[in-house]
Amino acid sequence: MFQFIVRRILQTIPVLIGVTILVFSLMHLTPGNPAHIIAGEGVPKETVEQIEERLGLNDPIPTQYFNFVTDAAMLEFGNSWRTSLPVTDELWPKFWVTFELALYSTIFSIFMGLIAGIVSAVRQYTFSDIAIMLVALFGLSMPNFWLGLMLMQWFSINLGWLPPTGWGTPEQVIMPVVTLGTMGAAVIARMTRSSMLDVLTQDYIRTARAKGLKEKVVVYRHALKNALIPVVTVVGLQFGGLLAGSVLTESVFAINGMGKLIIDRILARDFPVVQAAVLVIAVVFVFVNMIVDISYKFLNKRVDLD
Amino acid sequence: MSAEPARESNNKPEKVDSPMKRSMKEFYYKLSKNKSALVGGYLIIILIIIAIVGPFLTTFDPVEPDYGAKLEGPSAEHWFGTDNHGRDIFTRIIHGLSITMTIGFFSTLLGGVTGVLVGIVSGYYGGKVDAVIMRLMDILLAFPGILLALALVSILGANTQNVILAVAISAIPTFARIVRGSTLATKNLEYIDAMKALGASDARIIFKHILPNISSPIIVQASLYIATAVLSASGLSFLGMGAQPPSPELGAILSDGRDYMWDAGHIALFPGLVIMLIVLAFNVLGDGMRDALDPKMNK
Repeated sequence: MFQFIVRRILQTIPVLIGVTILVFSLMHLTPGNPAHIIAGEGVPKETVEQIEERLGLNDPIPTQYFNFVTDAAMLEFGNSWRTSLPVTDELWPKFWVTFELALYSTIFSIFMGLIAGIVSAVRQYTFSDIAIMLVALFGLSMPNFWLGLMLMQWFSINLGWLPPTGWGTPEQVIMPVVTLGTMGAAVIARMTRSSMLDVLTQDYIRTARAKGLKEKVVVYRHALKNALIPVVTVVGLQFGGLLAGSVLTESVFAINGMGKLIIDRILARDFPVVQAAVLVIAVVFVFVNMIVDISYKFLNKRVDLD
Repeated sequence: MSAEPARESNNKPEKVDSPMKRSMKEFYYKLSKNKSALVGGYLIIILIIIAIVGPFLTTFDPVEPDYGAKLEGPSAEHWFGTDNHGRDIFTRIIHGLSITMTIGFFSTLLGGVTGVLVGIVSGYYGGKVDAVIMRLMDILLAFPGILLALALVSILGANTQNVILAVAISAIPTFARIVRGSTLATKNLEYIDAMKALGASDARIIFKHILPNISSPIIVQASLYIATAVLSASGLSFLGMGAQPPSPELGAILSDGRDYMWDAGHIALFPGLVIMLIVLAFNVLGDGMRDALDPKMNK
């Protein structure tokens, strides 16, 4: 087990190097000279050259990459080209907003998904099963930005119950969380159902029933524990995916998070900020995946994740 | 996928259906017995017909503004109402259907073919090649969901071709992983050893003997990925990072609609419903095919 953990941690190193190379290339593949973008139009040549020197754009590419990585490791991403503020100062408050949004949405999708999945599995082929699976199918197929707009239409514009935009108060949290969490809830519901059905046909469950245990005990104490193992993987991946997926939700509800920051700064060609935000999401995702793999191994001793 | 019988060498004892044809026959047979696959399939055929024929039947222009008819609600003349430029939304959606579906098809085709090749090479040759390729795929997978496409479009510029390219690149690791797994399971079977003993080239073994055997998971994944691609592409357009105005791409129509949520909620309603229908159809088809091909489900 210890060996597995060490190996899994070591595996992330080449991935992290690759991710930094890819994100670093982002800026270098971008058409246009960064110094020109910062300086703006009609600036004397000397000023542009000064900026190039300051940003180290005249250094050889490997040197630039090395500096980028060592700075990034200390969460130092330079200054924004638009606001001149340190990128880190711009990024962190927004990172936490997105983190919160993704976290609440994950909790929402686990809660809804588990309940729906268990009910569906226990009452297989009944009306509730079919209804739940239909809803899940729609949840899976719905563009979440559209769901967000429709919720806004109903609950903000028609009924006036919830504020249409923003983030912070409990009322402001509801719609974005439902918007972002619905697809995850659908995925978890389907996963839980099929996993439960798999487990419920196994011998040890028949034994438990034969012993005369109550159906509730069989389902919740015996079956659920094993059925949840594959679901854990999905939940972990979900959280990482939601960090990136929140781009659309944040755009719909005008939430000042990292997703909206990425879009705004892509349009403003403020690449240090875009670069840092993309890197942060990817690195968090890599670590979440690592933790998921390790906890999966803990939960299920039979798995051989080579 | 021609019907020509397999002609391997003089040692081949008898002429039978080629492996590809045989697996295809089996595939269709299993598929025809799965209701949800059929429903999804018919829905897709209907959508494709509408996308091809529809634009010839609509009477309004999808992009030409008509400022006399701004923001009208649904009526007998404008079934889905009009947008902020007075354009008929029904017409725009009919035209947009083909754009959105084309993006979905081509990005899946491009990314799928690349991913399949990468995965087969990785699984078939193994060793260092495999290790390098799979680490590269891990790197691509480190960018969840729409993030990679967003980053690529931000470099390449926002237009339909670049969206196809960006969504295709996101597809590569998914296909590569699945295909690598299936290739590993297939390449050690005896008949592959037999082919090698007969002196068949690697390319021949890969394309004539391995690929036909692993085609079903690829087809299932393709259907499911088209659903994802349609969501990603329309999402990018919604963010202004995809098809540009006045294109009637479905996500772009939705994006127009959100500025008029207070006065004209119908603009956003209909394109979203149509996107959902497309995605639903491919999800149902993909699910159905997976169930039909799952050995556990066959009785």
